This record gives sequence, structure tokens and C-alpha cells, in this order.
Amino acid sequence: MTIDWQPTAEIATLRERARLLARVRAFFAERDVLEVETPVLGHGGSTEVHLDSLCTEARTPAGRERLWLQTSPEFAMKRLLAAGSGPIFQLARCFRDGETGARHNLEFTMLEWYRPGFSLAALIDETEALVRALLPGRGACRRHRYRSLFREMLTVDPFTTPLEDLRQLAGERGGLDMRDADRDGCLDLLMSFCIEPYLGREGIDVVVDYPASQAALARHGVDDEGDAVAARFELYVDGLELANGYDELVDADEQAARFAADNAAREAAGKPAVDVDQRLIAALEAGMPEGSGVALGIDRLIQLVLGHRELAEVLAFPASRC
Amino acid sequence: MASYSTNEFKGGLKVMLDGDPCAIVDNEFVKPGKGQAFNRVKLRNLMTGRVWERTFKSGESLEAADVLELDMEYLYNDGEMWHFMKTDGSFEQYAVDKRALGDTEKWLKEQVAYTVTLWNDNPISVSAPNFIELEVTETDPGLKGDTAQGGSKPATLSSGAVVRVPLFINEGEVLKVDTRTGEYVSRA
Repeated sequence: MTIDWQPTAEIATLRERARLLARVRAFFAERDVLEVETPVLGHGGSTEVHLDSLCTEARTPAGRERLWLQTSPEFAMKRLLAAGSGPIFQLARCFRDGETGARHNLEFTMLEWYRPGFSLAALIDETEALVRALLPGRGACRRHRYRSLFREMLTVDPFTTPLEDLRQLAGERGGLDMRDADRDGCLDLLMSFCIEPYLGREGIDVVVDYPASQAALARHGVDDEGDAVAARFELYVDGLELANGYDELVDADEQAARFAADNAAREAAGKPAVDVDQRLIAALEAGMPEGSGVALGIDRLIQLVLGHRELAEVLAFPASRC
Repeated sequence: MASYSTNEFKGGLKVMLDGDPCAIVDNEFVKPGKGQAFNRVKLRNLMTGRVWERTFKSGESLEAADVLELDMEYLYNDGEMWHFMKTDGSFEQYAVDKRALGDTEKWLKEQVAYTVTLWNDNPISVSAPNFIELEVTETDPGLKGDTAQGGSKPATLSSGAVVRVPLFINEGEVLKVDTRTGEYVSRA
């Protein structure tokens, strides 16, 4: 039997990859955004219900400790913001258990940056500028409200259509039993099966005003129709979700409450609870400047720029060959 | 029986779905950034050959199917069943019915090895080797000296299959045929 030791990316592709990463660093250098490096391991992990963290054990001066591999560098970077770092960016290795496919790899590189004082709209503009710096010649950038996309493409409203109707539609479109699904489960399926594939076909599409229940670490707000929304955006090119940004939650108590709610939801779903990052809560208590932050899957952007079909074609060694 | 979860699904894996054994053809992981993950899976129903597309919530699992693909030599037809023998030296025989044999019936030749798929030790399908050599039993007379390209005629082979052959082929000749496309390749 032959052992698949060879890289899945061509060496020429890795050269292009290095050139694009240099371009990213130049983009932020021009804008006086500081490059930082934070630990991959943390005493706390991501509590999000639909993200599964890897964890490990290590001998430290404190003894044998359980440490979490980050799903994004968000917590550590926010602690730097609270310590007065000003605008920062990082190209960080992240880990998400169980995520493998043409667009996913167990470990991947996230480009994450934070802009104290930026509104979400200002950060959307900057994210678009970064995408265009690497992917020139792309068509216009259009912004859509989450609920408008559902109304136009599926003739339902994610906020007001009865759950039973959403379950039926999601079941039909997905070809599976959704009778026990909750509202967000139905919306997730419809978004990823019926809407996402059509976003960013020509230009760049940005989605805003997500339901408040899908806020994660974004502030809550209210849309023009009086419904609770998350101050969050996602950016799409060629049906590929590239970036996810927030007007960042800075309230420590609210953050602690969301972590607790996440862990309760995890346990209800039969998943293990994740240790909460107490140092992040403490940093928020000390005061993090208001502003916006965004995480962008740089492997995916490189894949798009170089015209590859699968993520593995831009990675030296995907998880199957690590 | 063991079961497999969606993240173990990969091409060729045999699982049970709606009571039928299936082979996974393709498994696509779909996940909105902050939402629930799904797997869109293509499966080939091994009983019917049809390809199904199904969606699963990531982490769901399917029971493994006890499916084996074995090389077996074709022996004879008793009028109702077709008999095959394992080529591993065990001389163990299996009787295959018409439904499981399907289209492969027209490519049968004694002493040739076929791939027989067993589910719970029962034959459910038979596939022919990609290329097989068969004798022409019936065709219009060959045109002497005509070896030019273009022009073809039907020829019936010893197994019953009818293929298009060049005009210069005669009855009694042995031909190499591609069983996947049913096309003439060359004289054997």
C-alpha cells in the first residue's frame, strides 16, 4: 500500500498562497493595524452550540490542566483590545472538530481583525476592500437583510412565519425530517441549501440583520420592523461564506449570561459543556472599547482567488494527511 | 451490526437506508458559519442501482450493511437460476436469480470471473468485467477487403448481446467488447 505523504497543494500554489498572505499583511500595515499572535490553547473554549472544540491536557505549573484549542482567536484578541492595543489583526490557526469537506478542514487559518470605534457598516466597507485587494475585478457589493432574502427567495419570513410552516418547507427543501427542528435549525437549513449557493454569484453579497437568536458575540439591535436582530454580517463570494463580523458585545454580564445559556443548550443537545473563558469576562468588566470585529476564512479566499474547487488544493496537508 | 456516523461517510461505504443496502457515492458537509451542520449524501441503492440524494443532520448515523463483493466464475444456467462459484479455491457456489443478474445476463460466458455482490450472504447484483471476449454468432456477411473506417452493422454475440461492429467482421470471429458501454473494441 502506498502512503499518501505528498502535499495536496502544488508547490506553485503554495508560492501564490505566500504571496497573498504577504498582500494581507501589507493591507493592514498600510492601515496601521497591528499584527498580533495569541495562544492556540486556552483555559476556556468556545461555548457555541454548533461549534465543537478539540481539547487536550498539558502539564503546567498549575498541574495537569485541561486546555481548549481555539475555534477562533476572538477571546485572546479581545483581551488585548481591553488592554489598550488599538486596532489588531491576526492570521491564526483554528480548530473545529468534525468539520471536514470540500470547504472545511479540521484546522484552518482565520484572518481576524478588530477595529475599536468602527461601526459595523465601516467594517463591512473595510472587509470588502480587503476582499477586492486579493480578488480584483469582482462586481458590485450588495447588502441584503437576512429577512429580505428569505422573503424574496423563499416567500417566508424568518421572524414571523409560523414554525410549523418553516419545518415543512425545510423538510421539503432538505429532504429530511424536520418535524422536531427549532426555528434556527429550519432557518440554518434553508439558508445553507436555498440561499447561500446563490449569493456572491457575480459580485460580493453581504447579509445583515440576522435573527437575535443567531447573535453569538454580537450586540442585539432592532430592525426597521421592530424585530430583535443581531448586529452581525456575513460576506459571500461565489456561494462561499468568507467572513463573519460583529458589532462586538462589550457588556461583561450579558457575555457571561450568553456563555451560560450556550452551555445549557449544549447539555440539552447532549454535548459536553465547555469551560468558560473567565479572563475574557474579566477583560470585559475592566472595559473593552466599543467597535467591530470580523473573522475571514483566508483559506477559502485563497481558494477563490486561485480558482480551485476544493480547500485541500490550497493547503499543504489537509487533515486526512496530517 | 456496527453503525457509521455522517463524518465517517465516504465513497464506497455500505450502509442500510430504508431497508435497502446502499453504497455511499458522495458526502458533502454543509454548514452555515454559526449554524447547524448537515450532510448531503448521495447513495447508490445496491438493490436497484438508483442513486438517492439524502440529507442528514451531522452526527446522525446509519447502520452498516453486511455487503461483500466477491469474484465468482460463471458456471451454468439451470433454466431458472444462474450459478456462480467463488474463485478463492473454496468451490463454494451461489445461485443468482434474474432480478439480481439484471443486464449482466447478456454478457455471461462460462469460466469468466464476475463481481457478485452479496448482502447478508445473498447475491443482489452481478457486474461483468470491463472487457470481455465473445464470439460472433450472427451478423451479415463481411465485405471482403473493406477495412476502411465508417460503416457498421449489428452483430449478435454468443452471450446474446447485440453490438455494432465494423463491416469486415464475420460470424465465428472472437471480439473484445467493453461491457460498460456495449461497444466493440477490437478483434480478440
